[in-house]
Parts: sequence; structure tokens; C-alpha cells
Amino acid sequence: MELSGGEIIIQSLKDEGVEFVFGYPGGCVLHIYDAIFKQDDVKHVLVRHEQGATHAADGYARSSGKTGVVLVTSGPGATNAVTGIATAYMDSIPMVIITGQVPRAVIGTDAFQEVDTVGITRHCVKHNFLVKDVADIAITMKKAFYLASSGRPGPVVVDIPKDITDPNIKVPYEYPAEVSLRSYQPAVSGDIEQIIKAVKLIQEAKRPVIYSGGGVVLGEASEELKTLGHTLKFPVTQTLMGLGAFPGTDPQFIGMLGMHGSYEANMAMHDSDLIIAIGARFDDRVTGKIADFCPHAKIIHIDVDPASISKTITVDVPIVGQVKPVILDMLAQIESSGETFSRERIGAWWDQIDQWRRTDCLAYDQDSGTIKPQYVIEQLYKVTKGDAFVTSDVGQHQMFAAQFYPFDKPRRWINSGGLGTMGFGLPAAMGVKLAQPNSDVACVTGEGSIQMCLQELSTMLQYSTPVKIINLNNGYLGMVRQWQEFTYQSRYSSSYLEALPDFSKLAEAYGHVGMQITKKEDVEPALREAFAMKDRTVFLDFITDRTENVYPMIQAGKAHNDMVMAPNSKYKRDLA
Amino acid sequence: MSRQHIISILLENEAGALSRVAGLFSARAYNIESLTVAPTLDATLSRLTLVTVGSEETVDQIKKQLDKLVDVVKLIDLSESFSLERELVLIKVKKTEALVQKVESLGTDALVSITDETDDYLIIELSGEKAWLDDFLLAVESDVIEVVRTGVIGLSRGERALTL
Ligand SMILES: Cc1cc2nc3c(=O)[nH]c(=O)nc-3n(C[C@H](O)[C@H](O)[C@H](O)COP(=O)(O)OP(=O)(O)OC[C@H]3O[C@@H](n4cnc5c(N)ncnc54)[C@H](O)[C@@H]3O)c2cc1C
Ligand SMILES: Cc1ncc(C[n+]2csc(CCOP(=O)(O)OP(=O)(O)O)c2C)c(N)n1
Ligand SMILES: [Mg+2]
Repeated sequence: MELSGGEIIIQSLKDEGVEFVFGYPGGCVLHIYDAIFKQDDVKHVLVRHEQGATHAADGYARSSGKTGVVLVTSGPGATNAVTGIATAYMDSIPMVIITGQVPRAVIGTDAFQEVDTVGITRHCVKHNFLVKDVADIAITMKKAFYLASSGRPGPVVVDIPKDITDPNIKVPYEYPAEVSLRSYQPAVSGDIEQIIKAVKLIQEAKRPVIYSGGGVVLGEASEELKTLGHTLKFPVTQTLMGLGAFPGTDPQFIGMLGMHGSYEANMAMHDSDLIIAIGARFDDRVTGKIADFCPHAKIIHIDVDPASISKTITVDVPIVGQVKPVILDMLAQIESSGETFSRERIGAWWDQIDQWRRTDCLAYDQDSGTIKPQYVIEQLYKVTKGDAFVTSDVGQHQMFAAQFYPFDKPRRWINSGGLGTMGFGLPAAMGVKLAQPNSDVACVTGEGSIQMCLQELSTMLQYSTPVKIINLNNGYLGMVRQWQEFTYQSRYSSSYLEALPDFSKLAEAYGHVGMQITKKEDVEPALREAFAMKDRTVFLDFITDRTENVYPMIQAGKAHNDMVMAPNSKYKRDLA
Repeated sequence: MSRQHIISILLENEAGALSRVAGLFSARAYNIESLTVAPTLDATLSRLTLVTVGSEETVDQIKKQLDKLVDVVKLIDLSESFSLERELVLIKVKKTEALVQKVESLGTDALVSITDETDDYLIIELSGEKAWLDDFLLAVESDVIEVVRTGVIGLSRGERALTL
């Protein structure tokens, strides 16, 4: 088969089994767009801004486990995509981004719409390529998909000069069945000696905690994590990125840990004598003050990326490998040890945890006349029976969603954790809906965040991706306002949003359904009504309490056992 | 405790590979004292030697991050075992009898010679371990017009080697 460069790109996507490409055309990718036009297998989703394309592909990837694909033009197309590439990079999301480049002959001459895409994206990709020969396109595409989806996943940029996509230059095409790179051999199973060491620590532990993260979701190891947890009867905490891998409603789950984690999870970390970190990277939002992190604990760390191990916290038993085979080997060692585990075995520890739980750290004012954001999330959980795919933007609403919507399955909770990108939620929800057409998809957002990629409402109409937008409208950049309240004596510098649009009218102008909800008693009926409209995107603008805060909170530089607690919790100093 | 490490790297001989390595150091705020790179007998590979200073934890992280770069094929830390290190320096000085004598007095044992001589100027070439180059430079500092150093290169001694 002889194909042009443009055709090769599309044919390789077909050969990779790609369903959707999220993109936006421009001069340097017109040959590629012409190749898209001439086929029906790979569907193109025309976004309204390249950032939207990256987040949509990202949401598609996070919810399906497949690699998301983006196609943008050179120059401004590529730079607009950078935020979304960095977002995917920070959360280790598999993505392939094809960027147009100016023709080879003019590279380096400040040609029209030329930027050094490979240079600009170098620090926010797993790897990137500038393809210089039409004969190299297929192999490069293969490498890109392989790199993006293997080991620790991540985004890979493939920069393609326009002239190598010329329809008149055809070369023989064969898509490589596999590819190997001598310089890239990601770990699979873990060292058995290390696993045996880990099991020994597990047998000796009196106050153990399983601390699991996004790596369990990425490594499709949710079942194995559940088995491990249930075999050991150890308490399990999860990072923001790990939520759902271990069921949120399981009695052994003690809540998220970290800055806005639960009292019991953070206290347990602080007092623990053994931390089993699984696919988690000891992020600063999780560790708090490094010097006071888990002062009494030995640490086992399972991670596929050696660079994640002992980066900020030195660990005792590092295990480099994919979570799934490592947990399976661990389970086999536990079984052959003949040791039996039970809740009673660590009864005193569970008693202590139960006592911490009684602080009811997420309590909020139930009698308030205003709509509390927490209440909206609780109702969302009820109405969707806890089974929706929920994307989120960044801010207080994100934390409320993480705290009040217990996810029982992996890949249901889709948010930007590492980069914290406002604007992520809406395009991500569109990508999720394309991957999960038969599921309920909700986008929990705030009036600040939603305006950062609002234009995608138009794309959502064009491609019929009905999602429910849950706008927790507090009229503030709430997360910023909270920090200003706590650390800048309530000097609300530029955290107040004046001149907000009427969101329900705006949604209607885009051809969707808009609702504004101002009374608490209308929250649940409005949600029911919205979710009953299966084929419509509904924008629910909830006018919420303006100054509600997210609790508990570990302030910057503080330790796990030093939290600001909710005024409504039963926390008393003597419980600590 | 901070100390100096010499890290030798086999790098894919691809456009941009070097900037990935150099960029890593600036992006992650690691120290880089010197860096030298040149092709190897295998045309698909370059060999890069870099000198960095940091605590054991930092240097460990540097090596892991380097290894993670897709273009890095293999690396070793020469400082982990006995190794040989060399650096080449060219020094331009205003010609004086004293200097000529100094160079000649060091004899043929030391790797130092006058490589170029014009009416008024000399280029002195010397190679060896960093410490003795530093000492020599200090001694002639007042006469120096310009200096160029290659940065350190090195090999492990004995059986240990950085090969594919
Ligand atoms: C406003 C805001 C507040 C936040 N507050 C909190 C908070 O209170 N608590 C909290 O936890 N986070 C919080 N975050 C998120 C935080 O910034 C980090 O994104 C998050 O803690 C990182 O999660 P993780 O450790 O699970 O790592 P991830 O970023 O999910 O990384 C996954 C790790 O697993 C490894 N891995 C990947 N695949 C595999 C595999 N197959 N096998 C083995 N290992 C694998 C990777 O190498 C990596 O080390 C907040 C973010 C925002 C924006
Ligand atoms: C692109 C971007 N710019 C700035 C920030 C900093 N930031 C974090 S949360 C936040 C406020 C978000 O406001 P809103 O979307 O209304 O959510 P709320 O906190 O009120 O729920 C800001 C400005 C960010 N995370 N992302
Ligand atoms: Mg807000």
C-alpha cells in the first residue's frame, strides 16, 4: 500500500484502533485534515479551542484507559494545547498529540506560525518527536503510542512538518506490529526479595495503613488492591487521584488523605508504624511538612517509576514494578506464609481509628438557609446512585466532590490533580461522554473554572454529548478566598467575581437546557429533572453559600496531625 | 553531605537529545559543573560526561531522572568505583621568559606543553586531573588572557565499563 504522509497518520490511528481525534485545523495540518475527510473510521471532534481538545482527549483516556488523541496546527494551535498536555503529564495520562509544523525547508526562519513545539513541550511530555521524513511517520506513530501507554503513562507529542504530509508524495505503508526501544524498558514485575521483605514488615505491623494512588487506576489494579485490603484487613486511604480504586463505601476505607483529607486518614498516617504506598507519589499536598511525615512508620513503596521512589520521602522497601503483578506476588507470599490476618489482630488500631472517625470531620451546617455546596454533592450522589462519571474543575467544588461523592469504581472520578487546571472539567466531561455514551456524566464546577473552557458548550451540542453541569456558584474564586481568609486576614484580593453572566441563559443560547437553583428544597428535584433528560446537556447553576470553606485543612507547612477542623465537627483537642 | 559525582551517559545520537539532558538540570534546579559530549565508535550513540555536585539523595534522583529520559540508553556513576578522570585546558598567555621556563621545568612527565608560540603570545596546553589543572591555573593567573577547558571526561578502572 502506498500512502501520503497525511494518509499515513490517519491510517496509523486506524491501526491503533483510535475512535476519536480531538482537534482543530490550520494551515500546516490541512493535508492531514484532507485525509480525515476521505475516511469514516476515525471520527474527528472539532473543538472550539485547542485546550479543549487536549482536556477532552484526556477525559476520554481517563475514563476508558485508552490513549487520547489530539490533532492541532502549528504555532498558536500547539501553544494553545500546552496547558492540556501539561495537565495530562502531571497526572500520567496516556495521550498522543499530533502537531503540525512549518515545512522542513523553513524551520528555524521564524516562518509564519512557526514555534519550536518540541522545545516548548519538552518539559511537559513523556517524550516528543520531530519527524523529518515521510518514511518515518508510521514507526514514529507506533513509538508514540507505545511510549504514551506503557510503563508510567504520559503524553507524547509528534511534530509533523507540512511538506512530509504532501498528498503527491507517496511511500509504501506498513504499520509495525510492535516496536522496542533499547533505551526504554519499563519495569513489569517487582523484585521478589523486596516483596518478601515487604511481607515481613506487613506481618509485624501493629498500626498499618495502605496509602494508594492514581497508579492503581492507571495500572488497572483495582481488583488486586481490593483483594489485598480485604486479605489484610488494613485501613485504606487514597489520594485524590486514587479515589474509586478501593471502594469509597467500604468500611475499611478511611477517606482521602492530605491537605483536605479526612481527620482519621491524616491521623492514621501520622501514628502509623507501616505505610504501604501503592502507585502514589508522595505529593506535597499529601505529605504536608516533610520533616514530620509519618514519624513512626516504615514505608513500603510500589511504583513503576523508580524516580517516584524516595524523591521527597526516603522509603524503607522500594519495589519497582507495575502495581498489578507486584500485588499478586505479594498476595502469593502472604498466602504461603500461612499467616492469617483479621480486624482483631490490629483491634486496638481499628478502635483508635473509629474514635477518630467519631469527630465527623466532614460535618457541615445542615440548618443553613442557603444551599450548601456539600449538600448539592450529596444529592448528586443520591440521584445518580453513586454510579456516575464525575469530572471536576479546580477549587473548593473539586474538594467537595472528592469528599462527598464516594466512588466505588475506578475511572469514575476525573480531575486534574497534579497541575490543578481550571477549565479541565467541561471538555473532559465531553470526552468522557464519548467514551461512555450509556453512562451518566456530571461535571462539577465553579463559576470561575467553567468560564475557562466554556466555549466547548458549542462542541457538545454539535456532537450530542449530553452531560449535566453542576455549577457550585459561590460568586468567589472560593479556594483562593479560603486561603485569603485563613492566611491573609480576609483580604480578598481579586478573588471576587463580579459581573457574572446568567449561566442558565448562556446555556440556552448554546442550545442546551439551563436551570438556576436558589433554594435548598429545589436541589434534589432539579437534579432529578436534569438527569431524566437523557439526551440533553443541562447547566444547573446552584447559587450556593458564598463563604463555605473546605475542611479539614492542613495548612501549608503543617504536619498531618495539625488540621484546621470544621466548626460543625465534633472535634475536641482531647480527641487528638 | 554534598560531593562531586561524574556521570557517564550513552545517549541516542538524535537531534535534541542533548537539550533534553541539559534541560533536565535547569528544570529541576540541579547543579551542573561541566558537561562534555562527542560521538562514539558506534555512530548511533554519543557519550556524555557530566559533573554534578549534590547530596547522595539528590544525585540519586538526578540519575533516576536521567535514566527516565527516553534518549538515555545507559549511564554509570564513575564516582561509585575507582575511575580515571581527565580534562584538557588551553591557556593563552602573554609570553614571558619566566613562563616558558616554568612550563619546561615541569618536564616531560607532566602533560603540559607550549603548543603554539608567536612573538608575544603562548598557548599552553595541559591535561590531567582537575585539581592539578586548578593549581596550575592559579599559579599563572596574573598572566592569563583566556582559558578554555573541555570539562571532565573519565573511565572506570579495571573491568567496569559503560557499554551496551
Ligand atoms: C485544589 C487541590 C487540592 C488538592 N488536595 C489534595 C488532597 O487533599 N489530597 C490528595 O491526595 N491530593 C490532593 N490534590 C492532588 C495532588 O496535587 C496530587 O495530584 C495527588 O496527590 C497525586 O496523587 P498520587 O500520589 O496518587 O499520584 P499520581 O499523580 O496519580 O501518580 C501516580 C503514581 O503511580 C505511578 N504509577 C503509574 N502507573 C503505575 C502502574 N501501572 N504501576 C505502578 N505505579 C504506577 C506513577 O509513577 C506515579 O508515581 C489536590 C489538588 C488540587 C488541585
Ligand atoms: C488555570 C488556573 N488558574 C488559576 C488557578 C488558581 N486557582 C485554584 S482554585 C481557584 C478558584 C476557582 O474558583 P471556582 O472555579 O469558582 O471554584 P470554587 O473554589 O469557588 O469552588 C483558582 C483561581 C488554577 N488552579 N488554574
Ligand atoms: Mg466559585
